[in-house]
Amino acid sequence: MLLRQKIFSVALLLTLSLSSQAEEWLSKFDLQQYQGQVVYLDFWASWCGPCRKSFPWLNEMEDRYKKDGLIIVGVNLDSDIEAAKRFLKNVPADFRVFSDPDGELADQYKLIGMPSSFVIDRNGEVRHRHVGFKKSDIDSYETSIQELLKEAS
Amino acid sequence: MNKRSSKVILVLSLFTLLSACSSMGVKPWERDVLAREDMALDSAPMDAAFDDHIYFSKEASSGGQTFGGGGCGCN
Repeated sequence: MLLRQKIFSVALLLTLSLSSQAEEWLSKFDLQQYQGQVVYLDFWASWCGPCRKSFPWLNEMEDRYKKDGLIIVGVNLDSDIEAAKRFLKNVPADFRVFSDPDGELADQYKLIGMPSSFVIDRNGEVRHRHVGFKKSDIDSYETSIQELLKEAS
Repeated sequence: MNKRSSKVILVLSLFTLLSACSSMGVKPWERDVLAREDMALDSAPMDAAFDDHIYFSKEASSGGQTFGGGGCGCN
């Protein structure tokens, strides 16, 4: 009986800790912060269909490669941050997010479509980029992450 | 106005043309307002798609009628 109670309370704690996982809004974004780590920069918006599809995969990547030094930053381009927050209620993100309502970063990275992703190596160089999110290409996205994680800074 | 200042004005006004169309249109990340339901040109998306289909079939070229696509850069 006591054991059963223990198991129950552990299970309860686990569900609580899992459900309280939320995205972390960065107050500033600077690549320098993540020197020596692989950064996956993903530009998204609440009105963008493929972005919605990409989030579960991004969460998976965060979970799988966090320990190896992968940093996923989702740069949100909604002019209204509330729209972004509503989106995240339905489509949760377990990675860092940053609000860029004026598209300054988007301008800097010269996006040609949405979503756009950039994989940046441990020295801050952009090594891979892709536009859109295709389920058929997720293996190649993941390979690009693995390759850069293997490199020393 | 003398000749010289009119020349200066001419040269300066020509300079304004240098930007050409570089600042035209909506950037891929600026489409949140356009994506709103109340910004749709037609309340029936099926009708709009049908009209669009007839339009580009007759024109033998796509695009131009509206700014189609979802901003994913695929069309």
